[in-house]
Amino acid sequence: MLLWCNCFMIFVDLYFIFLLCFCSYMVSKMSSKMVGSNNLAHARRMVQQLRVEASIERIKVSKASADLMRYCGENAKYDPLLTGIPASENPFKDKKPCIIL
Amino acid sequence: MAAQEVASQPSDTLTTLKTESETLKTKLEEERAKLHDVELHQVAEKIEALGQFVMKTRRTLKGHGNKVLCMDWCKDKRRIVSSSQDGKVIVWDAFTTNKEHAVTMPCTWVMACAYAPSGCAVACGGLDNKCSVYPLSLDKNENLAAKKKSVAMHTNYLSACCFTNSDMQILTSSGDGTCALWDVESGQMLQSFHGHAADVLCLDLAPSETGNTFVSGGCDKKACVWDMRTGQCIQSFETHESDINSVRYYPSGDAFASGSDDATCRLYDLRADREVAIYSKESIIFGTSSVDFSLSGRLLFGGYNDYTINVWDVLKGTRVSILFGHENRVSTLRVSPDGTAFCSGSWDHTLRIWA
Repeated sequence: MLLWCNCFMIFVDLYFIFLLCFCSYMVSKMSSKMVGSNNLAHARRMVQQLRVEASIERIKVSKASADLMRYCGENAKYDPLLTGIPASENPFKDKKPCIIL
Repeated sequence: MAAQEVASQPSDTLTTLKTESETLKTKLEEERAKLHDVELHQVAEKIEALGQFVMKTRRTLKGHGNKVLCMDWCKDKRRIVSSSQDGKVIVWDAFTTNKEHAVTMPCTWVMACAYAPSGCAVACGGLDNKCSVYPLSLDKNENLAAKKKSVAMHTNYLSACCFTNSDMQILTSSGDGTCALWDVESGQMLQSFHGHAADVLCLDLAPSETGNTFVSGGCDKKACVWDMRTGQCIQSFETHESDINSVRYYPSGDAFASGSDDATCRLYDLRADREVAIYSKESIIFGTSSVDFSLSGRLLFGGYNDYTINVWDVLKGTRVSILFGHENRVSTLRVSPDGTAFCSGSWDHTLRIWA
């Protein structure tokens, strides 16, 4: 009886091993096909993306630089780290100690 | 029918596509070069040079038990949230240096944290691959961890997160190479952004006047500008020589700066569609971990892995000042919302407020 059980278990194990091998073979076959078409899809996406990027409107660097400079100039007076605001207005700077006369 | 034709001759079509892609890349470079008539620092020669800057550490926030990885300011210009390698997320009052809240995350290396615009919640995440939102309560005794809401799920570490203009949506970037926009209430992904070829390390939202775009930088040395509504990459820039650790928009929204492991910071103008300035020195050989602009955009602060903070004149391209104080690499740096100070976090377990 015990011998019969053992044989049965061995048979079941072999069956599962066979099934596993078969499945992984099928998956590897499918995935190599998928990689092939993935490369294609990826290349198509890249070309599409490059088309979009190539078609945008651009301005000259001189104009862009002038705009950046103008923005800096207009906002310089509002920039505490640039102009340095007095210690009394900056909550982080220590106030001068009071001298009691 | 087209699919069958394609499947039968995959190699031919791949070659054609590759050739077309090379042609387009060359065309892109030519178009960009045509408009490169002058350099930014040449145009900026006529402006006055900046004077000497005296910036000192005004506050030191001590309390983290390990490397500080990320920090963010609250819109009230006084509270700060910071996260560290030991899994702790702390909310500080920067004026008094008191700790107001502390949360222990279930993971270590909390690489991203952000304050909600309302000031009522913080978001953080890291090696747990998630972004969690913690509502902050006024009751000090309440266990914040109990009210935690998991919002984002990525397949790799969370590198950066940022609330959009409201508390309702969060933008995240991850080591899995994607960025995503999430609805906080439902936890649903509203849009995903694919295009980076490697880990995405940083992102920044465009200032509100300029609309629904954001920029991201990654380990593939590329910085990409995305349209949040369509998920499309609108522009990409690939001039850095190593991983881009930090990106930050110029205050007007027309340009952005990036800091990289190649020891340089670069300024890219979005309307000219090219790099317009490089901030580097031969003596600087350690990578930049984080960058931020001052309020007017004239100064660029860069935190470096050689423990220093360099202050650059954005227009002239020169270094204005170098700040010492941290005892290990500077990992994060943000200017306060009203521009009165900036905060830097470091691997030496502390945060410093400079003004």
